[in-house]
Amino acid sequence: MTAHPPPFVQIHDVAMRYGGVEGTLALRHATLDVADGEFVAVVGPSGCGKSTLMRLVTGLWPPTEGTVIVAGREVSGPLSIAGMAFQNPTLLPWRTIQANVMLPLEVVQPHRRQLRAKRAEYVAKTRDLLRLVGLAGFEAKFPWQLSGGMQQRASLCRALIHDPRLLMLDEPFGALDVFTREDLWDVMQAVWMAKKPTVILVTHDLKEAVYLADRVLIMSARPGRIIAERHIPYPRPRRLDQTYEAEFQAIVHELRDRISEARKGEVADAR
Amino acid sequence: MPADAPRSAEALAEAARRRRRLENALPWLVIAGMFLVWEAACRLFSIPPFILPAPSLIAESMVKWWQPLLTNAWATLVTTFVGFMMAVVFGLALGVAVGSSVLVYRGLYPLLIAFNSVPKVAVVPILVIWFGAGFWPAVLTAFLISFFPIVVNVATGIATVEPELRDVLRALGASSRDIIAKVGLPRAMPYFFASLKVAITVAFVGSIISETVAANEGIGHLMLVASSRFDVPLVFAGLIVTGIMGVLMYWVAVTIEERTTGWATRGQNDPRLATGG
Repeated sequence: MTAHPPPFVQIHDVAMRYGGVEGTLALRHATLDVADGEFVAVVGPSGCGKSTLMRLVTGLWPPTEGTVIVAGREVSGPLSIAGMAFQNPTLLPWRTIQANVMLPLEVVQPHRRQLRAKRAEYVAKTRDLLRLVGLAGFEAKFPWQLSGGMQQRASLCRALIHDPRLLMLDEPFGALDVFTREDLWDVMQAVWMAKKPTVILVTHDLKEAVYLADRVLIMSARPGRIIAERHIPYPRPRRLDQTYEAEFQAIVHELRDRISEARKGEVADAR
Repeated sequence: MPADAPRSAEALAEAARRRRRLENALPWLVIAGMFLVWEAACRLFSIPPFILPAPSLIAESMVKWWQPLLTNAWATLVTTFVGFMMAVVFGLALGVAVGSSVLVYRGLYPLLIAFNSVPKVAVVPILVIWFGAGFWPAVLTAFLISFFPIVVNVATGIATVEPELRDVLRALGASSRDIIAKVGLPRAMPYFFASLKVAITVAFVGSIISETVAANEGIGHLMLVASSRFDVPLVFAGLIVTGIMGVLMYWVAVTIEERTTGWATRGQNDPRLATGG
């Protein structure tokens, strides 16, 4: 361990409670490390505090207890090195796709300062990114003229445009149909291989977690903590037909069993 | 039988054109129909003109008094417009403040509600004491009556920004001012324009109320003078002129709305989708 550089994201013994002392305890004794450039998926029973974890890492909320360290510094406020995408694409209906994707550049420094001077360069970058996710030619369209899958592609581009070192994805493919979702897994893989950001993907689709991630972390029922992890050995690029192979299915089943145990634990606790 | 033959594209297009023509003509037909029924009822039941004058009598009065009607309508239009513009500026600013800060919302909202519940006709005498009869009480009444819907709508638009979107921007380091400028205000625009349609019509109510209480010109003043002389056709002529001005201003507000916030109706052409406030 000592030979490795320190992890990019370190969450150490974090607790998170909402609504004061008597409030809901969303996380307790949560500890996890993510290496620089690693793709990690977090899975767990619903309501286990996965989304809370995301908001802690991006500095949107401070933890009640414990420390969150990103890029060697303790997180005390919003991190502009992070990009986020959610289940809902949340694109702005009055902006074209291109203008939507460029929104972070109007907020994050140093881009904000340079936007006017280097506009042509940023537009070219936006178009490259849109081409990478298969949205070339849709720059001037409005979000409501696009299908749900295409909106989600644009939302991914918006999360990536400022070259974030950390990409936080909260069930970004959860609301899509199966075929669109599988298309977007490959888009996601291509994006990750091209840009190598550190990715934390929160999902409840085990197949998605195994297909995309280097490592899958399993959370317990609320109050959530990491109870197990599983390395996914497949080299990249991975192919969709691999998901139908016996070994892949075995990994998915193993994860499923561990989550079932976690949920049983929850029932036992309730008694 | 030709009726059973499949309808050609041309026939469908022709039907769509007919339908559109009907939609465009319909408001005029309805207005014409209303006046016809009115005229017929007045003649049939021989209603005396000092109770309900027939439209023909009103038209006659309008022709006879066109000059005072026009100058007074202009005066009312100016006072209403000045009051309305004050309401737009103030309503927008207060709406942003109320919509973006829970503290301002909690602190100000009860007062705003209380204020809006006060009948504005009761405020006019106070305004007259402060500013004297004439232009300013009418402007201020129009302002007082029309700023509230603007505040409420703008505040709603800003307060209902999706939490995920707020998170995306906050995680990038955006200040609350950034979030209001990039998301809150553009998002509030459809609400804002919907409220303008309500505000402009109630602004007329405000200025005319004030004119009937204390003024030397304006449509309200003209109607007051006319009714004191029992010239009921002229009173009705004043009402009709007011209605026309209201429709015109409403149409101006709708045109601006369509030009600026077409995205909100997503290209659909159903007027029922437009929010009335």
